[in-house]
Amino acid sequence: MAKAKVKKDEPTAAEPASDVVMDEAPTSHQPEAADDGMSVDANENEDDIEEEEDEEEEEEEVQRVRLLPGSTPTAASFEFLNEGHTLGNALRYIIMKNPEVEFCAYAIPHPSENKMNVRIQTFEGTTAIEALQKGLRDLQELCDVVTDKFIDARERFVAASSS
Amino acid sequence: MPHKPPTKEELERRKTVGIHEETVTNVSANDFPMNYPGEDHSWDIEAFKRNFRVEFHQNDPFEASFSLVGCDASIANAFRRIMIADIPTLAVETVFINNNTSVIQDEVLAHRLGLIPFKGGREGLHKFLKWWRRPADESQINNSYYDFNTVLLRLDVRCEHNEDAAPGETDPTKLYKHAHVYARDIEFCPVGRQSRYFSGDDVIAPVHPDILIAKLRPGQEISLTMHMHKGVGSDHAKFSPVATASYRLMPVIQIERPILGADAEKFARCFPRGVIGLEPVTKEEASRKGSGYEGHEGELKAVVVDPMRDTVSRECLRHEEFKGKVKLGRRRDHFIFLVESTGQWESDAIFLEAVAHLKKRAQDLEKQVINMVR
Repeated sequence: MAKAKVKKDEPTAAEPASDVVMDEAPTSHQPEAADDGMSVDANENEDDIEEEEDEEEEEEEVQRVRLLPGSTPTAASFEFLNEGHTLGNALRYIIMKNPEVEFCAYAIPHPSENKMNVRIQTFEGTTAIEALQKGLRDLQELCDVVTDKFIDARERFVAASSS
Repeated sequence: MPHKPPTKEELERRKTVGIHEETVTNVSANDFPMNYPGEDHSWDIEAFKRNFRVEFHQNDPFEASFSLVGCDASIANAFRRIMIADIPTLAVETVFINNNTSVIQDEVLAHRLGLIPFKGGREGLHKFLKWWRRPADESQINNSYYDFNTVLLRLDVRCEHNEDAAPGETDPTKLYKHAHVYARDIEFCPVGRQSRYFSGDDVIAPVHPDILIAKLRPGQEISLTMHMHKGVGSDHAKFSPVATASYRLMPVIQIERPILGADAEKFARCFPRGVIGLEPVTKEEASRKGSGYEGHEGELKAVVVDPMRDTVSRECLRHEEFKGKVKLGRRRDHFIFLVESTGQWESDAIFLEAVAHLKKRAQDLEKQVINMVR
């Protein structure tokens, strides 16, 4: 699997759990150094580093989503590269529709940085990452329904206007 | 306490934006879980399937109008933004000027050429043509153009005196040959496999052949070649597949108390034609106590015929005689889209492409999130 292979030599943004003080970390522009940790579960790679330099080559494989430091399992901020209001607002809406989500918001910290942040806080029983994944899945389902209904309506309209 | 489901009126009120003389009220969506005690507003694809609908009003290649009813503004806006900025089209990106002795400067001419919309075989544009990428090593740029990422165009025009012109002729188009350079003078030069996708009716040509590019005088010449690439509207507006893609909310006009006679005619004139109609008060209405129609049988009353045509100008709120008789609003989940294609794609196809694009984006990010967690 291509993704898995890339993962080996180009570690992703998922940082190892460590007890770095989070308070000084700026919300948007993160230093490229590897010292911002986070305390979310599911971390195995102890020495993952940032990989923003590799953005240029092989644009397919670039990791565009990362957890911002200071996140806990039920309250996390995500940074999306190369996304904007288009996906940000739609995703915020669909995540807010999830009853297990206590809070969800998105922001574009600076208009000249191509970054979009999403903050998700959930109730106990689920995690912010799960809520994000559910949101992305729901958005895909929604798109399928819109496509089907649109094609149906168009067929009906064409049939009605030609008869 | 047992929960009472909201009444129809309450549901109606919740999804209507109030439009008053000076203010707008009840603007934001409120259909979220925990917003209304005892009501479940969580995301349910089945409920969405039941409530969501699409209505077509017009479906022409260059202009389509349809309503999306029952979805949130964030979703409708995502589709609109994607149509404008994220659907790829083919446009002139590079102009190599061999000779330009016209009065139009090279850079202005190049800009004008970039903005001309082109059409061509849909299959070739969609499947065969890929993105062109600037090579990291600038010296390799001439090895980066292939038949699958670059389309070659040529424009060679020279203006001459027309020997056959009548004496005393003053019209430059008759006095000279090629006094005007039009988009139809651009010549497509197929390379490699391109002739398989772009020949006959599918040839790459300007959507509008009569776009004026430049004016020449005898002895002046324009000779240039162009490279077309695929691009998206967020990079440059010339790549946008739509002239405009917009939506507006469905207007709501509620006549709360009767508007009769001359007032009704004045009321109808406050709106665009066809929004308000005049109907005689029926016997049944006149006999109903408290309806406000008592004793007015046969008089004309104002009725709402087609609120969709309204521009919501609020003119009717400026008149004393209609105070308290009418309520204006907009339906928050009813989006009337208008998509005007520039001609490379059909308008309805652009919308479908936008929906597919949003799905693809969500799919890609889902993979990214899984990758992030690992």
